[in-house]
Order: sequence, then structure tokens, then C-alpha cells
Amino acid sequence: MYSEKVMDHFNNPRNVGEIENPSGVGTVGNAKCGDIMRMYLDIDDNGIIREAKFKTFGCGAAVATSSMATELVKGKTIQEALQVTNKAVMEALDGLPPVKVHCSLLAEEAIHAALWDYAEKNNIKIEGLQKPVNDIEERLEEEEQ
Amino acid sequence: MIYLDNAATTRVTEEVFEQIKPYFCEQYANPSAIYSFAGKAMSAVDEARKNAAELIGAETNEIYFTAGGSESDNWAIKAAAEINKDKGKHIITSTIEHHAVLHTCQYLEKQGYEVTYVNVDENGVVRLDELEKAIRPDTILITIMTANNEIGTIQPIVEIGALAKKHGILFHTDAVQAYGHIPIDVNEMNIDMLSASGHKLNAPKGVGIMYIRKGVRIGSFIHGGAQERSRRAGTLNTAGIVGFGAAAKIAKEKLEENAKKETELRDYLIKRVIDEIPYTRLNGDAVKRLPNNAHFCFRFIEGESLLILLDQNGICASSGSACTSGSLDPSHVLLAIGLPHEIAHGSLRLTLSVENTKDEIDFTVEKLKEIVARLRSMSPLYEDFVKKQA
Repeated sequence: MYSEKVMDHFNNPRNVGEIENPSGVGTVGNAKCGDIMRMYLDIDDNGIIREAKFKTFGCGAAVATSSMATELVKGKTIQEALQVTNKAVMEALDGLPPVKVHCSLLAEEAIHAALWDYAEKNNIKIEGLQKPVNDIEERLEEEEQ
Repeated sequence: MIYLDNAATTRVTEEVFEQIKPYFCEQYANPSAIYSFAGKAMSAVDEARKNAAELIGAETNEIYFTAGGSESDNWAIKAAAEINKDKGKHIITSTIEHHAVLHTCQYLEKQGYEVTYVNVDENGVVRLDELEKAIRPDTILITIMTANNEIGTIQPIVEIGALAKKHGILFHTDAVQAYGHIPIDVNEMNIDMLSASGHKLNAPKGVGIMYIRKGVRIGSFIHGGAQERSRRAGTLNTAGIVGFGAAAKIAKEKLEENAKKETELRDYLIKRVIDEIPYTRLNGDAVKRLPNNAHFCFRFIEGESLLILLDQNGICASSGSACTSGSLDPSHVLLAIGLPHEIAHGSLRLTLSVENTKDEIDFTVEKLKEIVARLRSMSPLYEDFVKKQA
């Protein structure tokens, strides 16, 4: 059901892990749909993403899209990273089965969430970046209920 | 390859296959034909029917061959609903039935029937008090599975049958996972209708049975010819039926021996997994469970990833995971036993056969330990958990 690229990124995920004191970190997804992605970004003073790491709870496609998303944003400027859409992630993976498209949306959302955190920490506004709706808080609230 | 998905389907054993073989190229006659060439095929079907009946203490003429478990479930429920619609339109089932039952009930709801879905306890056992309370004067059918296909819990069929009898309500049971694996007696259990499927007990796919107690008046489901005493039309699937009968006969002879072997291996597997992999739970009743079923939830990880990695190690397993079925919701059975979504997502079902060995189980447990550790190391939920513990 998965392309070779998806399987490759699932079996050998790039950039798994955490960044200590990250410039930005964002967690998206919720337990209900079974996918949670956390992305860490290290952004230098010139606004270049030096490093990207992730942790993901989810299916094969969720792991592969997280892995690909980190690869695609590494070395990019913030504005360039905003261009890494779910479509870009899917294309880079040679496609996803229809039921897994939401994983690529989540990957895009994870990038945005990490950038949003970076912007908030630095008290700046990133042109074209909306506050991610799908964040970990929803999940935590759900758990408490 | 290590095959641990025997609840999904089983291998046709050589012993069964040998008995099926003549009915393709040589004894190909339509069993319903009048000429003597058809005689051998018809007597083979009769023999199979007898074997299918004896396994559950039924009379030979109470067995009807169908195309499988789903057809039998559909037939039993829809036909019982239709024939009794003047008496009432209320059906009782449980929240953990197979979709062949649940979706049929939902279909009937759209046709104006009312369905009560009785809850189960944390081990997946149907709540008898709730079931009895659900009975109304217009209740026409109780349909509860003999044993659950995901978590393996065996239901109190004797009690449910007695309850149905006491209130004069038809009782159907989906015995697809139980038939040939645990003892069933349709008389002791007051079962009026029972569905079973051949491929769950080493017979081929595409053949099943419906047991209908003598005197239970339900209509045909497949209309056409006069086969199966005019209750199920369609040319008899001679080879499939012969396979079913052969498998049923072997299952009857070896039921106790196989169940004992499987239970030992199952309990060994369960013990190792629970002892050696932290934050793991066994789902389903520890004792009242199918001899071949082990079902776990591993916290902080997701089932599909686990299955892919097991597959890469040559291990065939299944999960009940949302992803594999194309829906985002985790298993309705796991939610029904009260598991939260994120735990229900990390499920694994391993279903054994007598052909599995202890070495295979050991290999599987070792791989499972590695895979679960690897997936946890990349799980944000595990990361949060560890930080909270520190």
C-alpha cells in the first residue's frame, strides 16, 4: 500500500529525536485519530533552519511524512519552510494512499506549530503564518475529561 | 514466515485438501442432478452436513451450507426480523459484535427496527443484567457472538440461551471464531441459529454454515433453486462443502487436544509479553478466552507501525488498528471495554494454531521487544511520560 520512499522513510526515519533548548517546538494531532507529531527546530540568527528533529506516534505514513518534512525544511529560511505544504511532502514521498493524506496535513501543521512557537518566543510575527489549530492542548484537555 | 493471524484465516491442511481434490476435475457433477454420476457428490455433501452437525450436537437436516459467516449472519438476522415483524421490531445485540452483525442491525434500524446494543464489562463479557433488562414484549431476536474475534472473550452463551428461551425469543449466535475451537452444544445452550465459517478451521474460504433449529420458521435469503431444502438457493459448492465437513470432523476429534496445546502456547506467549514488555496490557478475559487468542495494547505506540515492523521480520499479525481498516477510529471492541483512544490505537492481535511452535513464539517475543522499544523511542507520548516520571 505504501510507496518505496514511504517505506524507506518509515524504516530509516531521518532526524528522529529531540533538540535541547529548541528555537521552536510544536506538537500537533490528537489521540483520537491516532497520530501525534512533535517537531523541534533550531533556527539561527539569520532565520535559517539549521536543524529539525521529530518524534511521532502514529502509523507508517505518519512517521514517513514527519521524516520527510524535517528533511524538506532543513537548511531553509522560515519563508521557504512555510512553502513546504502537505502536497510537497506527499510528492517527495511519491504519494500516499488516500486514507493517509491527513498524515501529510499533520506534517505541514507540525512545521507551522514549531514556527509559531519560535515566533512567540522571539516576539515576532511571521508573514503568512496562522496559529495552528491542531495542537497538543486539545489532546491534553481530552485526557483530563 | 511465522503465521500468527489464524483468526483472520487458517491454512487448508493437507488432510482436508486431499479430500476436496476429487471434486474439481473428476467428481464435478452438480450434486442436485438426477443421474448416477452425481451420486458421489451428493453423498459427499450429505456426509459433510452430518459432520458439520455433529460438531455442535445438531441434527443433520438443521445445517444449511452458505458462502460463509457473513452470509449466515445476514441471513439469520434479516430473515428473523422479517418473519417476526408483526410480533415486534426490537432486536438485542452487543456492542462488540462483528461488523457482519452490527452493520446488518444498522441496516434494519433504517428499515424501522429498533436495536439495543448491550454493553460489555472491562473484559468484554456481555452484561447479563443489562441484557435481561433490555428484553421487551416486542423483542424478536437476541444475537450475541459466541466468542469475540478481536479480544477472544467467550460469552456466557448458556445463560443467554436460557434467558432467550425463558422469554420465548429467538437466539442467534455468530460462532465464526468459536466453532470447532471450543465445545458448543446447540441444545444445552438453547441456540436457535448459529453462523460458522469454514476458513477459520482449516477448510477453504467461501463456505460456511447456518444452523437453524427444527421448527424455527425463517425465510430464504438467497432465492432461486430448490437447494438446501429450498432455503438457500445456488448450486452446491461441493468442494468447499466437502472441505468444511472434513475440517469439522477433524476439529471434533481433536478439539480437546488442540485447545490444550494452543492454550499452553497462548499462556506462555501472554506471560512473556506481559512480563517482559512494560506498559502492556492483555485485553479480554484471561480465562474465558479462545484457546488461540492473545490480544495486547502497548502504550505510547500505534498498531500499524508495529504490524509493518513485525511483517519485516516475517511475522504475520493483525491489530484491529484504525489505519488498516481505512477508518480513523480505533476498534469498536476496544472502546467498548473502556480503553481510551490512544491506548486502543496500540493494539496487537496474535492468533495461534496448533502448528505454531514455542521457538516461533520466542522469536516473536524477542522481535516484539525490539520493535516496541524502537517505536517508543520515537513517540512523543512516551517522551512526555518519561519526563513526567522524572
